[in-house]
Amino acid sequence: MTSDLKVVLPGDLISVNNESDESSMNVDDDVPLVRLGPGLTQVQEDIVSMKAGVLKHQDPGNKWWLESNQRRYVAATGESVIGIVVARLAEYYRVDIGGAQAAILPVLAFEGATKKNKPNLVPGTLVYARISLANKDMEPELQCFNPSSGKADGYGELKGGFVIRCSLGLCRRLLNPETPILRFLGEHFPFETAVGMNGRIWVNSENPQYTILLANAVKNSEYLSEAQCKAMVESLIDKL
Amino acid sequence: MVREAEPSLNEKQFVLRALKDGLRTDGRRPYDFRSIQISFLSEYGHVQIQLGRTRVTRVSAKVTAEVVRPRPDKPTEGLLLFNTEISPMASPAFEIGRPSEEEVLISRTIEKALRRSRAVDTEGLCIVAGEKVWSIRVDLHFFDHEGNLVDCASIAAITALLHFRRPDVTVIGEEVTIHPMDQRNPVPLSVHHIPICVSFSFFADGELLVVDPSIIEEQIREGDMTIAMNIHKEICALSKAGGIPLEMDQIIRCSKIATTKTAEITELIQKALADDKAQRQSK
Repeated sequence: MTSDLKVVLPGDLISVNNESDESSMNVDDDVPLVRLGPGLTQVQEDIVSMKAGVLKHQDPGNKWWLESNQRRYVAATGESVIGIVVARLAEYYRVDIGGAQAAILPVLAFEGATKKNKPNLVPGTLVYARISLANKDMEPELQCFNPSSGKADGYGELKGGFVIRCSLGLCRRLLNPETPILRFLGEHFPFETAVGMNGRIWVNSENPQYTILLANAVKNSEYLSEAQCKAMVESLIDKL
Repeated sequence: MVREAEPSLNEKQFVLRALKDGLRTDGRRPYDFRSIQISFLSEYGHVQIQLGRTRVTRVSAKVTAEVVRPRPDKPTEGLLLFNTEISPMASPAFEIGRPSEEEVLISRTIEKALRRSRAVDTEGLCIVAGEKVWSIRVDLHFFDHEGNLVDCASIAAITALLHFRRPDVTVIGEEVTIHPMDQRNPVPLSVHHIPICVSFSFFADGELLVVDPSIIEEQIREGDMTIAMNIHKEICALSKAGGIPLEMDQIIRCSKIATTKTAEITELIQKALADDKAQRQSK
């Protein structure tokens, strides 16, 4: 990942091929494949940003995307989300993932699900799922297994616990192992979390008191530095 | 989106279980109000109220005055109008131009609490009987919805009315002169008392109750009630629109809670007004 920060505004042209790449392009015919993530789109020959944010690049796979903070979720393929089952239909569940449209979760998109043996989720159930398909003009599609292994890998129904809603930026940061807040909390009591990229975080622990503390600590941590986080966690623990 | 998505079963169960232990999901106790922040904007009568710290309910109120002809049946009374505007900015569940049931209830409760309790002296707004009176208009804008819009809006409206200053007028015979703000000190409205709304939500057949419900508590509650009360322990309005029936002793318990909350909030408003006055004078 590139370390220098490049901030772009909506409508900016993004050059994804640097000088060395271009020279190599002329030599051999195969154009390097570019993968565009959230915030970028292709307009004819150019790549254009659709929102303000920091341009990010990952070398393996030549992936480019924009990172910014917002509260409204826009589905993107491959992201893990927490959804609420809204309705059960013959072939699929309709799941609210906080986006403009509800997503579709086929009943067979679970680990080991067959026509005869499929999970039964009632409306209101929480699911942790992966977005398998996200197109601009279609309802997003979900799946509850890892496509590379076919195993559940933690996806599926979430039992018990509580959900907190926060900004998408905070969710993304919580997935980064360097973010200290979960580590500080883990020093005091055991808990489980599932972070959805759609601004929902599921938390669970053995008693409601801890779960509430956990929820508030995570919500408060958004604009705090590492030292402040530590102090905040300590003061919350002291109040118990 | 027409309707806010229902919270999941996990959340419902968790909120109820925690409430049974006397805990709320935002770390409050059942009878705690969220912290109230009052900020005054540059003009007189423009106030913003915020409930809570990280996730907030935010309402701004702006008071404006104009001179109009009074109603023929009440020639000596000024007008007091409330206008509520809940935009999708507060929550995607709200739509423009189509007031939801919730929105109608909010504006009705505010009107009942502030106008019909005669909190503002409308007779004092008369300039020339049958000819000219002041029309005071309170615009309420809802910016963030994290539960309990009614209480936030009532605090915003009454604080704005207390903070507002109207231009001074002199009447000589039939001649009416309205003095601009920079020539003569503007005069405050005469406010008789300060009604404050305190909302309650009920759970588990009315066994559990919370004050100042958050959005998730509002979504899963079985019943609700709003009491508008002033510091003299007079109930100005009581709104109980649907939900589970309540026992009499429960309503008395709620009104006792409302008394203490009203006293606290009134003190807070008066302190904020005094601070703002001192700040404006020092400029």
